[in-house]
Parts: sequence; structure tokens; C-alpha cells
Amino acid sequence: MFKADDLAIFPIDSWIQQGVSWVALNLRPLFLAIKWPVEGLLSLNDTVLHAIPFPVFVVGFTLLAWRLATPGIAAFSAISLVVVAMLGVWNEAMTTLSLISTAIVFCAVIGIPMGIWCASSDRVWNVVRPILDIMQTTPSFVYLVPVVMLFGVGTVPGEVAVVTAAAPPLIRFTNLGIRMVEHEIVEAGLAFGADKRQLLFEIQLPLAIPTILGGLNQTVLTAMVLSVVVAMIGAEGLGLVVLQGLGRLDVGRAAVGGIAIVLLAMVLDRVTQKLAEPKRGGATRTSLFATVMRLVKGGRPEEPAATAIAAKQAL
Amino acid sequence: MTERLQIQNLYKIFSAAPEAALQILANGGDKNTVFDKLGAVVGLNNVSLNVPQGAMYMVMGLSGSGKSTLARCINRLNEPSAGKILLDGRDIVSLKEEELREVRRTRISMVFQHFALLPNKRVIENVEFGLKLRGVSPADRRRRAEEVLSVVGLARWGYHFPHELSGGMRQRVGLARALATDADILIMDEAFSALDPLIRTEMQDELLRLQRTLNKTILFITHDFQEALKLGTRIAIMSEGELVREGTPQSIVLEPGSDYVAAFTREIDRARLFDARSVMREAAPILRSERGILVGGAEAGDPGFVLDGEGRILGALDSTALGHARQSGEIGTPSSDYVSVPENAKLIEVARSYRNGAPMAVIDEDGRLVGTLGVGELLSRMSSTSPKTASAGDRHV
Repeated sequence: MFKADDLAIFPIDSWIQQGVSWVALNLRPLFLAIKWPVEGLLSLNDTVLHAIPFPVFVVGFTLLAWRLATPGIAAFSAISLVVVAMLGVWNEAMTTLSLISTAIVFCAVIGIPMGIWCASSDRVWNVVRPILDIMQTTPSFVYLVPVVMLFGVGTVPGEVAVVTAAAPPLIRFTNLGIRMVEHEIVEAGLAFGADKRQLLFEIQLPLAIPTILGGLNQTVLTAMVLSVVVAMIGAEGLGLVVLQGLGRLDVGRAAVGGIAIVLLAMVLDRVTQKLAEPKRGGATRTSLFATVMRLVKGGRPEEPAATAIAAKQAL
Repeated sequence: MTERLQIQNLYKIFSAAPEAALQILANGGDKNTVFDKLGAVVGLNNVSLNVPQGAMYMVMGLSGSGKSTLARCINRLNEPSAGKILLDGRDIVSLKEEELREVRRTRISMVFQHFALLPNKRVIENVEFGLKLRGVSPADRRRRAEEVLSVVGLARWGYHFPHELSGGMRQRVGLARALATDADILIMDEAFSALDPLIRTEMQDELLRLQRTLNKTILFITHDFQEALKLGTRIAIMSEGELVREGTPQSIVLEPGSDYVAAFTREIDRARLFDARSVMREAAPILRSERGILVGGAEAGDPGFVLDGEGRILGALDSTALGHARQSGEIGTPSSDYVSVPENAKLIEVARSYRNGAPMAVIDEDGRLVGTLGVGELLSRMSSTSPKTASAGDRHV
């Protein structure tokens, strides 16, 4: 009987192996050039985050969460951060956070312009889209092998892997957000004589921001996952705690790392998710003001027609 | 009146390579032939029309008739495949990108069906939009926006967001945005179609009121024949990408020219469409004496009117007195029992001012007699479809 193994086997593995080796050998300066800014920003973030005293960080982050999200999320953030500290992995958490925050910066710098470019041309998007599909479906630790070959081991190569894996959602959502802007509004921009730059900055980007922030949320979560996985190539942080627990069959240690990861991930998710939701607060305040105005003028606030009447009375 | 906008043999084929389709159309093929052979959709098929300065030019058609395509070709949101669009004699189709942008910023502005306001900007910022694109300084454009907002009656709503406004108010903002650039040509694409009927009527009246002072050249796209009749100084009716009838509202109702157009005109309230001038009979002078000039209709039973040297009515003569005057050459004492209506009064208003037995005179704005009116003509025009002579300048395509 004819078996699957009887087929001639393509030597794809050795081709890729040779290809990557060649690239690693011959394009070394390029990878050093890529590594340099990553290393710079990462060490800066890492130093700053570790230098901030624990109580200052908790208070600062809570206030930030309050401002960006809701009081409830702020309270949750404060409790989670304290629990992480009580688990005894505060320093590791800060290292992970520096990996994530650095990744956000690089993903935004690469992903948003890339997404804008994709939205501006179907041809570009048709090329980029399958690449993003591959990047997002490839299991994350598959990235690690070429990263090790090209950048070596340690926290900085880990950061490169994090950025590579976390950028696709932002590219995708930026592209989507711009393409979803109501056609008639884009037409209005053109009809009033907007050039390409004005169209982008006056209409497309402002209206795409909620979607782009949704992409940012995805990027943050992917970065969180990857920052744990890259412990396998020697990156420090919470992932290393889990990996050490695994290596020593120390379930307690692994669980501590796991709990801290979950808490940190939830905090980051909730805060960035609120960022992506349309700001109801501002809108309600103004319409509340409008309602009061209408009540003063004697219109009925619940009917839109009443506003028109109020406007006429105002004449 | 000068022609502000001239559209000459305009074609729009929705296809990457329109030449083949244009060839088929040039050889007498129609829209369906093009679609069957090439799979390309013909949006506009040899459309030519002239929009005079100050006109409220209505382009009427059902969905898919190409009316919005036509509007979008004028500011080149859609690129025409062939033909010319002359704006004051200058071809828009051949403009370079830079020049086109200038035309869009200063000459042609547009109002959209679903308003197309920026939801993240306040009303006043939306109104400033066109000026901002043009690079007008913040203080100047704010001043201009406030002016225009008060013209459309939204002076107190400048610092609200569009979502806080009703549909009618939002479209006022859309209109204000279009007016703010001082463009003399306004394209209104189904501008009132998304509004509910009461607000729509209100906006139509508002537009007519504004147009009296602004005197813009307006190209108004609509699927509503009633709206076209109410607003239009001229109407172009489109079907399947072609222009099927073009003319003044009254002439289109009088002479639809095709079953397609007749289907729209059948149910029209003629009493509100036609004016006294369209049904009056010209009064010819019969006699001159020291009393004045006697004028009247040729037919028996027509009344006569006695006019002064300026053409103003001194009084009326009934048919008996008129017959007597014809025989004797002497004009008797005119009676003051008559009704005069302005020449632009709609028939419904004429009917309201009718008094039993009193002769009716049609006068111009200076009070001079221009014609006489009989009950018979009034009734037949208000009810029938029988054509009289159409006014000059009509075109059947």
C-alpha cells in the first residue's frame, strides 16, 4: 500500500535553515541596526520603571486608570498591583511591563503608518494581508528560533520577538478603521477640496481613532502573551518565574508567576479597552447641558423635533 | 441669463477601460448591450444640459437613473468617461488635480443626503471645514461660520455636536458648510430626502427663501417629482442614465412627451403648479375713446376692460355692455365689479378670489392688464391633461 511517507520529502527545513543562516551571517549590520533603538528604549523604560518607588507607581497608575477608564477599573488596578507586590514578584512585573511599554511604542511607530499605507492602496493591502495572516496564526514560540539566530538570546532579542508579534493587530485595525470611515464623509472632504494629507488628518484618522485604539488593546494583550513566552530565549520578567517553576517542578513558584501575569494582563486589558470605547462621558455632559437649556426655553427634551422648535424660537 | 454650467455629451462608464463601451454606445448600442457584451455599467449616456446663472435646476430620476452620478461628475467625485463640463466656459473634466482642488474649494460646494458632518467636531467647526481646507485664518473662518450659521437659523447651536441636533438642523449645518465657502454653484444631492415630510417641507421653504437673497446656481438632485416641481426653475428628468425630458415645471406637466414622464405628472396638483399667466387669454384692444382704451376677448361672452393710458384697469364691461360698445363705438360706464389677480398667482389662489359673475383680469406687478381669464379655462387647466402650447425653450430628448 502507498503510504504518506513514501512520497519524496521536500527539504524545506534545510532550505529555511540555510536561508536564515545566510541572512544571519551576511546581514549582521542590519540586525544590529534594528537592535540598537530597541535596546536603547527598553533599557530606558526598564530603568525608569524600576526606579519609581512602589507606592508612587501604584498611586500614579491608579490615577491614570481613573482618568482613562472608570473609578471601578482604577480600584481594580490598585488592588491588583498591591497583590502582585505581595506575591513577591514586583521587580519581575516591572521588567515585563517595560517589555510591553517598549513594544507599544514600537508597534505604534511601525503599525499605524503601515496601516495607513495599507488603507490607501488595495494593492499594498493584498500583499500585506496574507503576511499578517501568517504572522498572527503562527504559534508565538515559532518566532523564537529565527530571533535567536538573528539577534541572539536575552531580553533585547525577546523584545524584538514581542514587537514582531504584537504589531499585526495594530496594522490590521488601523487599515480597517480608515476603510470603515463613512464613504459620504470622505466624499464631503474631497468635495470641499481636501488634498491627501488633509483628508487623512482632518477626516480619516480622527474618525478611525476608536478602531485604532481597539487595535492597540489587541497589541497590548499580544505583547503581554509574548513577553511571557520570550522567557524561553532568556528574557527576564514574569515569564522567567513561570519557566523556573516549570524547570524545578515547583508548582507554587509557577503559580505565583501565573497569577501575577493574569492580574497584570487584566489590568492592561481593562484600561486599554476603556480607551477604545467611544467616550460617552463628554457626550452626556454636553447633551445634559443642552437638556437644561431646552428646559429653560420650554422645549421638550425627549423629542428631537423639540430642538428644532427651540432653535426657531431662538431666532 | 447666462449659462453658468454647460454639460455636453457626458458619458460615465463604470469600468477600468471605458473605450470599448463608448464605442458600442456610439454605434447605437444601449446600456443593456454594453452590460451584456462587456459587463460594464453605463452610468451616464450622452447627457447634455445647460444650467443658467441663478437657476434652481432639478435633476429628477428614480434610483439607478444616474442622477447622483451626474452630480458627482460635476465636481469630479466621479470621473466622467467622455464629454465636457463647462463652468463659465472652462472645461472641468480636463482640469489638473491642483486646479480641480481650487475649483472645489472656491466655486462648487455640495450638500449630502446623509449630511456627512464630522461627528467629532462641533457644529461651528463643521461649518468652517471648507474654509479650513482652503487655509483661511482661524479668526476669519470663525467669523464667517458664525455669519452663515445665523443665516440658516442656527446661531445658538454652533458649540453643540452634530449628534445633539435633529435631522433638519443637521442638514442646515450641511447647508451652512456649503454656503460658507462662498462657492456660487451648489450641488445638493438628495439633500432633503432623509428628512421626515414636515421637516422636508420646512427645509424646502427655507431653501426658496435663502435662494431669493443668495442667488446661487443650484443643481438639486431628487427622486421626488413634487419636490422638483416645488423648487425647480427647470427640471431635467433622467432614466437609465439618459436625459428623457428637460424644461420648466409647467411645460413638463403640460407636455410630458413620454409615458415615463407622464407617470410622474399624472397625479400632480395642477392648481398649485400653474399660474394665472399660463391660462389667461391675451386681451386685444377694441376701441379707443376719451374714457380710455377698451380691451377684450374675441369670443362672444368674453368680458371687456377699460384701461387708462398706462394700461391700468379703470373698470370692467360685461358681455352685454361690450356688445353695445362694439356696435355703437361708445364705451359705456365701466363697472367696478371685477376681480384682478397677479400673473404669477397659482390657480388655486385664482380660484379662491373668484366671485360669482365678476370678470377676471390678470395684471402684472405694475398693475397693468396682461390678459383675461375665464372660468372655463381655469377649470379645464386644473383638471385636464390636454396640452396647450408649451412655453419656449423646451426640449424633448
